Amino acid sequence: MKVRVDPDKCQGHNRCYSLAPELFDVDDYGYATAAGDGTVPAELVGKAKLAAANCPEFAVIIDDEG
Amino acid sequence: MAAADARPPVEDWATDYDIFDPSYCSDPGPIWADLRDRCPIAHSERWGGSWLPTRYDDVAEMARLVPALSSVEFIVVPPVPLRDPETGEVLRARPYAPPISSDPPFHGVARRLILPAFSPQAVAAHEPYTRELAHRLIDGFVGEGGCDGAVDFAQQIPPRVIAHLMGLDENRGDDFIQWVRGILELGATDPELRVATGLKMFAFWAEEIAKRRAQPGDARGSGGVPHGDFISWLLAGDLDGQPVDDNHAMSVCNLLLIAGIDTTWSSIGSALWHLATHPDDRQRLVDEPELLPTAVEEFLRVYSPVTMGRLATEDVTVDGVTIPAGSRVLMNFPAANRDPGQFPDPDTVVIDRAHNRHVAFGIGIHRCAGSNLARMEMQVALSVFLERIPEFHLADTRGPHLPPGTPDPTVIWAGGQVRGPRTLPLTFSTAH
Repeated sequence: MKVRVDPDKCQGHNRCYSLAPELFDVDDYGYATAAGDGTVPAELVGKAKLAAANCPEFAVIIDDEG
Repeated sequence: MAAADARPPVEDWATDYDIFDPSYCSDPGPIWADLRDRCPIAHSERWGGSWLPTRYDDVAEMARLVPALSSVEFIVVPPVPLRDPETGEVLRARPYAPPISSDPPFHGVARRLILPAFSPQAVAAHEPYTRELAHRLIDGFVGEGGCDGAVDFAQQIPPRVIAHLMGLDENRGDDFIQWVRGILELGATDPELRVATGLKMFAFWAEEIAKRRAQPGDARGSGGVPHGDFISWLLAGDLDGQPVDDNHAMSVCNLLLIAGIDTTWSSIGSALWHLATHPDDRQRLVDEPELLPTAVEEFLRVYSPVTMGRLATEDVTVDGVTIPAGSRVLMNFPAANRDPGQFPDPDTVVIDRAHNRHVAFGIGIHRCAGSNLARMEMQVALSVFLERIPEFHLADTRGPHLPPGTPDPTVIWAGGQVRGPRTLPLTFSTAH
């Protein structure tokens, strides 16, 4: 599983970062990107889904589900 | 509120709503549920006239109708011109508070100027102060067996944290509280008070800015992250290559003080009200403090404090309702957050609600710039309160289960632009 953040949708709510700081980075302006190449370790799959389900902008996207 | 009591009662909320009606301030949920089912965008001629969406999808769509729904008028009542008391010169035809009052493209420029001061990293620098402040406030009443959770605690935190962030004297906190109430709360229904308060704030900022122009304060920080003297940092910034002039700086400072204070104190107060009236949730947070971050988001959802204004610059049709150009629109984020189409069992606080795309901080380009600061203040305030005073109750002996529509006489809720408890009498054991 991988996560990514759609930069056109992210408005810097930082909900993903506060729920799953292991999986996201934020820049000086508060906009989020996936940490590293976005690969989600097995033990963080739940957190990745949580981050996606809490983004008010639908900007957190999960790829390669399963 | 004498003026509010003098108004005719609302007979049909769909066509005649009153956002300052005490019943709307104290318990708007049933009103929104009714409107959401049968309306869904209400209209009222009261308070200058406005339109009020109630569904999540409608609010989200409207937040993205930029600039058809413009932010040039962002308060929920018509603006009053701010005049120089001596010359009569119009200083401001309407509130100017970039970026909240800006549309693109200037909005993005004004927003980039301030965002670094509110990133998670920058906000973390203010956490130790916030924690120390929360303890200090509790030291003041913990031996008394009771306190006003709104006045003695919730209300005291944001003005001092924002003073700390901006490099202002913390001891001016009580003035800041009065100013913010004069603009947003009491001033919402009292234009004269709003103007008088606005002039006081202008004079204050003029002095603070002049001081720092003459001698910049220490705006130190790593990687451009300011956590010293915000005003000096602001003055040293740029707007797309242009220097920040006094007018812009003053407007930003005004915005920070107003937007950063009673919003957050309302959120802290509402959360304390909830915990005082829901012992199971309170005990669960005492037993499982790791749930606090999720709980804070849930408090923000159910007790969203802020409604923002927009001005329709053209006819806009949303959900089958056409809003004519020139109309005021109230971005009803609090009602969106209670929409059963988005949130199962929407009126219930679920401490560990996993799916929570709440829009308490708005949505789209105007997402609250201070949301990370507010979130930090709420988490620290509530965690310290629960740690020091793990068991507390409303002082009203009748408890929370009043008949629907009956305002609890011991808890007074303000509403309109910002909803939250202004008095919250709590009792607790002095054994803590």
